[in-house]
Order: sequence, then structure tokens, then C-alpha cells
Amino acid sequence: MLRTLLAACLLAAPIVGTAQGAPLRVPATVDTLPNGLTLIVHEDPSVPVVTTNVWFHVGSGDEKVGRTGFAHLFEHLMFMGSKNAPYPQFDRLLEAAGANNNGSTNGDRTNYYESGPTSALPLMLWLEADRLGWLLETMDGPKVDLQRDVVKNERRQSYENQPYGLAFENLMPALYPAGHPYSWSTIGSMTDLSAASLEDVKDFFRTYYAPNNATIVVAGAVKADSVRQLVRAMFSEIPRGPAITRPAPAPFAVRDTVIVLEDRVQLPRVYLAWHGVKEFSADDAALDIAAYVLSGARNSRLTQALVYDRELATNVNAFNSSKRLDGDVQVVATARPGVGLDTLQRVIDSELRLLATRGPNARELEQARNAIEAQFLQRLEFSSAKADQLNAYFYAHGTPDWFQQDLERYRRVTAADVQRVVRKYLLGERVTLSVVPQGKTGLAATRRIVQ
Amino acid sequence: MIHRSLASARLMRSRASFATVTAVLTLLPHAASAQQAAFDRTRPPALGATPVLTVPTVTERRLPNGPALKVVEHRELPLVQVTLTVAGGARLDRDMPGLASFAANLLDEGAGRRDANALQSELAFLGASLSTSANWDVTTISLKVAKRNLDAALDLMADVVLRPAFSAAEVRRQRDLRLASLMQAKDQPGTLAGLAFNQALHPDGHPYRAALGGDSMSTARLDSATVRAFYEGSIRPNRATFYVVGDISADEAEAALGKRFAAWRTSGPERRPAPVLAAAAKPQGLQLILVDKPGAAQSIITVGTTGVERTSADLAAIEVMNTILGGSFSSRLNSNLRETKGYTYGISSGFAYRPLAGPFTVSSAVRTNVTDSALVEIFKELTAIRDVPVSADELARAKAYLALAIPGDLESTSQIASELAYLANWNLPVSWLQEYVTRIEQVTAADVQRVARQFLPAQQGYIVVVGDLAKVRAGIEALRLGPVTVREVGAIARE
Repeated sequence: MLRTLLAACLLAAPIVGTAQGAPLRVPATVDTLPNGLTLIVHEDPSVPVVTTNVWFHVGSGDEKVGRTGFAHLFEHLMFMGSKNAPYPQFDRLLEAAGANNNGSTNGDRTNYYESGPTSALPLMLWLEADRLGWLLETMDGPKVDLQRDVVKNERRQSYENQPYGLAFENLMPALYPAGHPYSWSTIGSMTDLSAASLEDVKDFFRTYYAPNNATIVVAGAVKADSVRQLVRAMFSEIPRGPAITRPAPAPFAVRDTVIVLEDRVQLPRVYLAWHGVKEFSADDAALDIAAYVLSGARNSRLTQALVYDRELATNVNAFNSSKRLDGDVQVVATARPGVGLDTLQRVIDSELRLLATRGPNARELEQARNAIEAQFLQRLEFSSAKADQLNAYFYAHGTPDWFQQDLERYRRVTAADVQRVVRKYLLGERVTLSVVPQGKTGLAATRRIVQ
Repeated sequence: MIHRSLASARLMRSRASFATVTAVLTLLPHAASAQQAAFDRTRPPALGATPVLTVPTVTERRLPNGPALKVVEHRELPLVQVTLTVAGGARLDRDMPGLASFAANLLDEGAGRRDANALQSELAFLGASLSTSANWDVTTISLKVAKRNLDAALDLMADVVLRPAFSAAEVRRQRDLRLASLMQAKDQPGTLAGLAFNQALHPDGHPYRAALGGDSMSTARLDSATVRAFYEGSIRPNRATFYVVGDISADEAEAALGKRFAAWRTSGPERRPAPVLAAAAKPQGLQLILVDKPGAAQSIITVGTTGVERTSADLAAIEVMNTILGGSFSSRLNSNLRETKGYTYGISSGFAYRPLAGPFTVSSAVRTNVTDSALVEIFKELTAIRDVPVSADELARAKAYLALAIPGDLESTSQIASELAYLANWNLPVSWLQEYVTRIEQVTAADVQRVARQFLPAQQGYIVVVGDLAKVRAGIEALRLGPVTVREVGAIARE
């Protein structure tokens, strides 16, 4: 009954990258229905559990200015009932089958997932098919108004009533140029949420919620053939939608910007953000490793310097946030009581310069590779994570089983690569955002220090 | 990434429904196979046959110096999970709230000949994850590593368990970090609501009054000697159980652990839980505690009372009742306050099961201008489930939800180990899950109503609201639910 970490064919796969082993494989079949719907099935017989994971290739990056937050609002509306499964049957039927479900939205895609006993698979697929094929005829103003209220509550809870919760929304428009798909937040502004109309909902659905813009992964104790039969029976009559074009955003350079935000917080926090790279592009893995060398563990450079040696910060986190169209890199540090953000910034810059000058040593590099690889593999212990990853690889590379290639990206990174990407991306123009307690603007980071 | 709800419905479920068992599940009756002749889109497809489980065999051993050893051999991948639990936890904090969790946190901040830096470096180099924590009942040290690095990682784990450094410098550093984090509790309205509720429910001298992480006054008194004395009195082999799950036999596990842990000896007097000086009593009527956060975008509401002990014979009925009330996405509270009224992003209810009766709470963050209306709706639901028997449909749905979801809670080696540990902590046999499923099947609408009447705070309990009092106080007082006390943030989260 026990869930395997990975599929049976992974038996010989190395969990730590220091040894050679058989390639990591998560075998999956790929089929495309005549209406354009792609089905990916991964058979994992170890536990009588199944996950479905549907990606619609639309995210907040596809929104129009003035209608931000729409992709995510729409995600909520997908649970409001469809012709044959009127509200609130979606949740009730799944719960009665011992299954659970949810969805999420980011800049690039919206996903929907269910997991539960294998006995619930036909129900899961039927519910997904019904809301893809027969949602609009039951959509009305009251449903939109209700979920608009729920999303506004979500915004209050996760952003406005959350310490530092508005940092991201201040950072992104400074980092990305106006109109860039990543310059606004996924949750959207209150004004835009209020402006969303029933017609917007219908247009959005007709444009993006079509079989040819969707990929469904089924992973678990199932047989690919019978899953294919079910999916064909349930989804085939849903018509193909219009072809979608996504113009690439224009290239841009970050302008050095210093921002101060007063908030109801006890301790000031500094955000440093740079322009990065697209996911899976040439420097992406090296930037991930650089971020680990800076803050991935207690002995990482920024953590060691700021939290342990000099005791200036309560925590520090560096991360490379690469996305489909673009990317950014951030370092976020919270000061200890009595410490100003200029002091943190000075230490961060000094560590960045050191890494850019000398690069990581051999042991640091190996630790980073091993830790990233172990995290990568442990995440795949869960069928839900595996299903989402199959969908992610398919969207990016056109093949769902890209696990081994992903690992190899990290194995190939050299110390010189890390040194080079730190110099190229993290010493250049950036946005500096200080979040300080009300009235304590004197604690803010005031100037650019690195050069 | 933005989720539709606060937590997936599964996550809302309480721990009581998780377990591991060696038995075949016979679940609720279900319709026939999905392979039916014609597909009729207008109605939901029948559920397939309920899957049959083959569950792991647990081999039980004991190391000569006391620790129990429970091994599940699981050969599908070259991975090993080693979870060590030591009975005790925050029940042993006594007059120093937060001590157990602080000591647990320090175990891996330097041990043996390695400082925090070197220890972390070696673990990461091996691709091993090691974590240390304490809750009310146990301290847990958990290791996950590739089989071929197990020996090297166990050497590190043995240092962490047997030879923690507790250096004065590290104790001071971690104490300062914890003080800073306690200071930040003032920024977190949800944390403030939880603290205020706990302080209201539990009188001085009750073991659940303090937060697991302690407060600033107890934290300021932490030093190396205090932590070491706690360690010696509580992290002891006679209280320890190892759970090993993965690519390893019981013999191998016994040899690997014996080699490193057989020398583990007790030293100094054993630390015992403080006597419970005061019982958590239900208050007279309803009492309101208001906490002012000027400018807050929402009000955080906690409504609750003293719940029930883990050993309650009514556990299954209580869980079914709570699933209907606020323990699932389509529960009455969430359907009403989120999906019908649009007051909140989510609302849930739950019982915390501990050796003594833990709290029952309803929690939500609601729009400021509907704070009073939200309270009205919460009490409407708390009353309705007491006054009117639940429908057959609701009852069947809740029972299926609890029983059928169990296999999915045992996906990973770490989940299996933690469920084994959970069961053992309550001295439950492996057959417990089967018994639990049977008990769920037997719950009736009358049972649900009976436990609702017995355990829900419709007439006696505490109501905590953290929000902008200038905007919400008058509306709350107009409801005349009970006497109102206003508490200062600084008195709840003391610096």
C-alpha cells in the first residue's frame, strides 16, 4: 500500500548526485484528442490512490491592464457549478468519494487537481469535463459577485492584513516595466476585482478554457488504456477553442530604484531584487545554485554572515524566481531589533562581491548540488507533486518526463558558472525596497552600496 | 501561488483520522464498477470498487538500553526514514514555557565535534534532511537519507541526540532569535487571537496555557545550564522509540541503531510533568475578549471552549460531527460564511486532541464590516447542529470523507513513520484504524447531535476578536452575547 518515492523503474536511481546511476525516469504516455486536449498518464501501482492535475495555459500574465486578478478570480469560478454538476456538487461529490481538490494560479498557468482513492477517478474526470464543456451556461452575475467577495477576503487575509504582505506588490512594478505580464500581482488590485464583469468572465473562458489550451495528467494506480477510454468518452465532444497567441514581452533593463514602505511591523525588512532569466534557460540552474550558496542552509554565506557571525538579521533568504517569460532574483533579510537596513545591505553586498570575485569552493558547490537534488527527489514522493511536475515539463519542453534532464542541468553547473551569474545578474541595477515600522523611515536602506 | 481556500479540505481534517494499520479496509458501501455500458453525462459516474489495502508489517524490537524500535521494510526505493520520538515534550516545560521546543531546536545547532555550520554542511552534503521539534507530548528527531549514506547520516543523528553542544554562545544566539520572533507575534493577528484564546481558556498552572514556543519572559531566562538540565531529565533512552521505514531490514536497523545508541544512558533525575494545578473549566455563559489592531483590514475571530481528551470513546462521532460543522470544505460553516455570505476566505473548526482535553475552536478572518454578522452566523451553526439532527446525506458524506481518505494519508516513508509514531504515542494498537473505520460507520445522526450538545460552545465559551475595535466594537456589543473584556496587544504577547 505504501507510496513509492518514485516509479518502480527508478529503483537504481541515485538519490544523491555524487554517484552515477541509472537515469531518473517517470514514464508517462502522451495522447492528444482531436479537439486538442492532451492527456498524460503515469502508472504508479504502489498505493490505491490517484491524482488528476489539469493545467490551463493561462495565468495572471495573460491579463489586461485594468483587469488584473482575473485569472485567479476565474479559478474560483470554476468551482461554482456547471450544467450537469450544479453548485455545490463539485466539492460535495468528491468529499463523498473520499477525495479532495483545489486549484492555484500563477503568472503562467492555472491548475486544478483532485486526489483520492482510485475508485473516484471517473468522478474526478466527469467533474473536470463538465466544467470545461458546460460551465458558461450556468455562470451568472451573482456567482461572479460572490467569488469576487471571497477573493477580496483572500486579498485582505494574505496581503493587507499580513505583515510585509504588500511588499511584493510594491516590488514587482518597480522591477518590471509597465504592462509587463509580471508587473502586477496574481491576486490583483481591489479596483480591478471590482471592475470584473460577467462579460469579462465569458470572454476569458471562451479564449483560454478550451481543450486545446489544457493538459491533464492522471497519475496513480491506474491503467493508461482505461484512463484514455474514460477521457475520450468524457471530453471528446467539447469543441476546440480559438488558437492563442502570446506576444513575447519586450526586453528591458531594470532601473536602480529605492523604495520605502511603512507597515505595521516590529522589525524592518529589506528586499533586493534583480532582473533574472527565464526558467530552464542557460543561467537558470547556476542562479539556483548561487541562491543556495547564499542562503540555502545554516552554513550558507549570507545566513552565516548575517544570522550567525554578525547577528544582524533574524533571517535571510535568497531565491531565483525564474518563470516562463522572464525572471527575477531576490534577497530578503529581516533585521534584528536595533539594526538598520543599510547595515544589512552592506553585508549582503560584500558577500555578493566576494562570491562574484572568487566563486564558490568545491565543497560548497557539491553541497548545493546534493541538497538541491535531494529536495527535488523527495518532493516527488507525492503523486500530487509528480503530476504537477509532469505538466510543468510538458508545458516547457513538450515532453512530460524531463526529470533526468532537469537533474543534469544542476550537475553541469561549475564554480565558474556560479561566479559568472552572480557577477552578471546580482551586481547590476536593482530595486531596493525597505519595509519599516510606521514612522521609522530612518531604518530604511538609503542608497545603493554595491559599487 | 494562490490557492482557492485556506487549506485543502484534507488538511483541515484532524489528526484523529490518520493512522497506519495492518488490515484490509472494508469501507462504506459503494456502487458498482466504473466500466459501465453507456456513459450518461447527465449524472455522476458510479464510484469504482473501493480499493483494498495491503498494509505494512511492523517488526518490533528493543535496544538493550531501553529504546523501542519499530521497522517497516519498504524496498521500492533506496531511501531510509528514521524518526526518533522521546515522550515528554512541552508537558515537561513546568515553570519555563517554551523550554522543550527550545531544547529541541538546539539539538542540531552544534553537536559532538561539530558546530551548527559544520553539522548542516555535512548533512546537506549527504543529501540528508534532519529536523528536530517538540510538541505538547513528544520531542521528535527525524532523518531522511539515501540508503547508501545512512551510516554517515546516522553518525550525525547520534551526535544530535546523544552529544548536543548547548554551547553558551549558541544558546544565547538562539534565545535572541526567539525573542525577536516573539516580538513579531504582535504583528500577526492570527497568532494574537490564538494566544488570547489560550490564556482565557486555561488558568494559571494549566499545562496548555502557554504557547509551545513560550513567551518573552520565560525565554529571557533560558541559559545553557537550564537547557542541559532539561535535556538530561527528558531526552532519555527509556522514553525513546525509533521508527525506521524504507530500504532496510529489521536486523540491519537494529544493528545500525544499536551501534550508535546502545551507549545512550540516563543521567540526573528524570523530569516529570508538572501537576495540573487548575482544570480548564467552561466559563459561565459566553465571554468576549476584544483586542484592538487599529487599521486592520480584517477581524480575526476565534470561538471555542474546552474540547475533549484523545482517549474519548466518542472520538468517531466527534470527528463526523466536526466534519459536517467546519472540518471540510463543504462544511456548514464554510458553506455559510464563505460560499453563501462572502464574509471570509475560509472558516474551519476542529478539536485538538491531547492527554488532557485540548481546545475546540472555530477560526476565521472576516471582513471588518461584517464582524458582528459573522458571529451571528457562527452561533447559528453551532446551535443548529445541536438542535436539529443532521440529514442522512450529510452524515453519509462526512463518514465517507473520513473513512475513504485514509490511504492517501500514507503516501511517503515520512508519513508512514509519523503515523506509526502518532499511534504509539497514544498506545494504540495497529488494529486501531480498522476499529476507527468501523466506529465511523456506526455513527448515527443521534450520536452527532449528542456530541454536538455535549462539546460545542453554543452557550458556554470564549469569543476572541482581533481587529479594528473603533469599527467593530459597537456591533459586537449590540449582540449582547456576554460580558466584554478588552485586552492590550502588549499584555497578550509580552515583551
